[in-house]
Amino acid sequence: MENYIVEMLNITKEFPGIIANDNITLKLKKGEIHALLGENGAGKSTLMSVLFGLYQSEKGEIRKNGKKVTINNPNDANELGIGMVHQHFKLVEVFTVLENIILGVEPVENGLLELEESKEKIIELSEQYGLKVSPDALIEDISVGMQQRVEILKMLYKDNEILIFDEPTAVLTPQEIIELLQIMKDLAAEGKSILFITHKLNEIMDVADRCTVLRKGKYIGTVDIESTTKEELSRMMVGRDISFDVDKEDREPGDVILSIKNMTVASKTHKNNAVRDVSLDVRAGEIVCIAGIDGNGQSEFVYGLTGLEKLVSGTITLRGKDISKASIRERSASGMSHIPEDRHKHGLVLDYKLEENLILQRYWQPKFQKNHFIKFNEMRDYAEDLIERFDIRSGQGPTTMARSMSGGNQQKAIIAREIDKEHELLVAVQPTRGLDVGAIEYIHSQLVESRDAGKAVLLISLELDEVMNVSDRILVLYEGEIVGELDPEETTTQELGLYMAGAKRDTEKETRHAGE
Amino acid sequence: MQGNNNADKLKFNIKNITSHSGFKSLGAALMAIFLGLVVGFIIMLVARPENAIAGFRFVLLGGMGRLGDVLYFATPILMTGLAVGFAFKMGLFNIGASGQYTMGMFFALYVAFNWDLPGSTHWIVAIFAGFVGGMIWGFIPGIFKALLNVNEVITSIMFNYIGMYLVDMWIQNNGVMYNSSLTRTRYIASGVQIPALGIAGSNVNLGIIIAIIIAVILYIVLEKTTFGYELKATGHNKHAAEYAGMQGKRNIILTMTIAGGMAGIGGAFAILAPSAIAGSSMTYEPINIIAANGFTGIAVALLGNAHPLGTILSATFISYIQRGGTLTSLVGFKPEIIDIVVAVIIYFSAFAMIMNSAIARFIKARLGKDDEKPLQETDSENEENTVEDEEVIKKETEKEAE
Repeated sequence: MENYIVEMLNITKEFPGIIANDNITLKLKKGEIHALLGENGAGKSTLMSVLFGLYQSEKGEIRKNGKKVTINNPNDANELGIGMVHQHFKLVEVFTVLENIILGVEPVENGLLELEESKEKIIELSEQYGLKVSPDALIEDISVGMQQRVEILKMLYKDNEILIFDEPTAVLTPQEIIELLQIMKDLAAEGKSILFITHKLNEIMDVADRCTVLRKGKYIGTVDIESTTKEELSRMMVGRDISFDVDKEDREPGDVILSIKNMTVASKTHKNNAVRDVSLDVRAGEIVCIAGIDGNGQSEFVYGLTGLEKLVSGTITLRGKDISKASIRERSASGMSHIPEDRHKHGLVLDYKLEENLILQRYWQPKFQKNHFIKFNEMRDYAEDLIERFDIRSGQGPTTMARSMSGGNQQKAIIAREIDKEHELLVAVQPTRGLDVGAIEYIHSQLVESRDAGKAVLLISLELDEVMNVSDRILVLYEGEIVGELDPEETTTQELGLYMAGAKRDTEKETRHAGE
Repeated sequence: MQGNNNADKLKFNIKNITSHSGFKSLGAALMAIFLGLVVGFIIMLVARPENAIAGFRFVLLGGMGRLGDVLYFATPILMTGLAVGFAFKMGLFNIGASGQYTMGMFFALYVAFNWDLPGSTHWIVAIFAGFVGGMIWGFIPGIFKALLNVNEVITSIMFNYIGMYLVDMWIQNNGVMYNSSLTRTRYIASGVQIPALGIAGSNVNLGIIIAIIIAVILYIVLEKTTFGYELKATGHNKHAAEYAGMQGKRNIILTMTIAGGMAGIGGAFAILAPSAIAGSSMTYEPINIIAANGFTGIAVALLGNAHPLGTILSATFISYIQRGGTLTSLVGFKPEIIDIVVAVIIYFSAFAMIMNSAIARFIKARLGKDDEKPLQETDSENEENTVEDEEVIKKETEKEAE
């Protein structure tokens, strides 16, 4: 009998129209980092919510140190020493780090808050585990990585010994990810048991001891990381082989579809222009990628291009037609499709049904309306067609509320809508953000397919792998300017990194050449 | 085999109906009404314990004997309810229904007194004038919101006052309309009054029928047209609406204008209503008071969940309970008590949705103990059970009424 600190045995949890967890068993050893791997919607978060007391399972039982326990709410979980860092932090922005950590377990003396002791304990903990934070800083003033450390400290402060991390790296920069993974290793070495929810295989290979894989709500298996490979894990997760390289043949680009000349876009956050004097061309049948570190003007570039923001100066020509001052609708109608960066803010009306979202760009076309009356039958048929062709999965088909769909399927819906719409130019902004490998592979294949169909594709991405694998041509955006043009066949990730960090740039002449 | 299929289909349908959002909000509204009545009863019990039961009976049943009046008083608040609810669908809080209502009333009055038209069309033109007046008073806050991003709540509150003072001033300065010795407007000719429906002892008139037709038209606009699609999309997520190329500014102005028009028609309906006493008519007293019907419209829209058809029901209900409330004075209650009860109902409607799901959970827990149902069916059954529960509540209310 091995020494398991937590056992979740035969857990079954259902939601309307979907079995989120179907007879799942997960056993956590003391002092190990146990990864929980699965695609979006595989049931990882649900399983952890059951453990944390946010949901109650219909069947199955939970044991701690071999004894059966009932967890009805997060307080029960806390008493059993189970803590969780949620994907979206649960912090009070206007409180200090200290105040957030003691929230709920405030030490009181004669009816007044007694903070000194807690402060010492926090400083002690943060030194012990290398979690650098300043207890008196306001949450709203510190970085996301720092906020996450506060969440971890919260668990440690309450003496939790089982720590759940729900996709902790999704919000971090590469440097912060390295730090976090080190912190997790240290915690495990100190005897804490960690459950690590993720769909990033590299991170699992880096830190985890064992990994449990879920697929579509079912238990697939638990493997030792030492004796497995990335390929093996991804096969377990998706149920088929996944290629990490993007299949694509060389194509000779055709005519210029999109031509941007000296585009300048103002910034909303500071006085300087966020995009300065950018010129570029995108031809039919090529994928041009705009690479860069987040916050170098990518969002503003896209806003300017798609019409969400007015240009300060410059011209945009789409298929020979000047659209610099055209409305969003006019740009869309003249052949621009746009997969937006933020699918919840721009991409979807979450309280609309899937079918209503699928016609969001086209509801005004004669196909979907007559005399301003929406043709509901057409809408339904069209939605069913797209759902089938693009394999969009949801609880109730066309009438599913967009809000209730998984992130990957929401993105598929947007991609289906934008690709199926008549277009010559596809602007895809971080189309794979937050998605699992299966969905990423799918989206990359759709981009390549679009290119092969003779469309011009402009990809804006922060992921180096994506930039290198998918694009035919790379333009690097640094502080609002295009600082280099690279050929993914010839360049290396290191060189690309130097451009992105601003350490290297093409000479003036070369840059201008890039714009022609 | 076939029977099985049919049964499946039927179950699917029931699930479809019970899980329909409109149905859920109706349930929530009923819940709110029930709780509001309970608290209302407690208030009456505290105020005058000896007459509380008699008074509460008037509240519940008093409207029964005066159904014509219920519909008559429901007419203007149905229109202001639509005015608030329609804008609410776009995420705009049109608190200016009072001003739009007053403006609509003035326009209708002006046409009634100053235009010479054949009797059969005069009242129709006057109603239309009210529509225009309300539209203007909705249009201006709309413009401010769309072009200058001024919060519509603030502008429309201001326009309640501006509208009311302007109308009072215009009326007092107009000898044709104003009877200064009686400090009210003069009687409107009977030909300009809206034809009565002929229910004895009540002023109920064609207005209620027109109002219901307008509600149905608004429902169709909201649910079936591209304009409604845009409007609701903007209400849910204005960023996505912008991304999809919808003209947000134009839609804001249009929505506020239509909403204002609704309230304006409400004002016209109120002033053009026929009088039971021959030779008289409705009158307006320019005494610097903001029209209460505008604010009641907010309550009506909230209780009706901003749904045009729900608004028909909620306007009728609030009118019903107000009619009953006025009767409580027979047993010594102030009519204000009914205002408190209505306010409580609105207050509860705000968290009625939460109550609804709490009850569903409670039943689920109880069911889970009683017997083990097949898992896949639990959800739809729970919803059905919630519904049954509401019917029980309804029965209880009726029982209390007796």
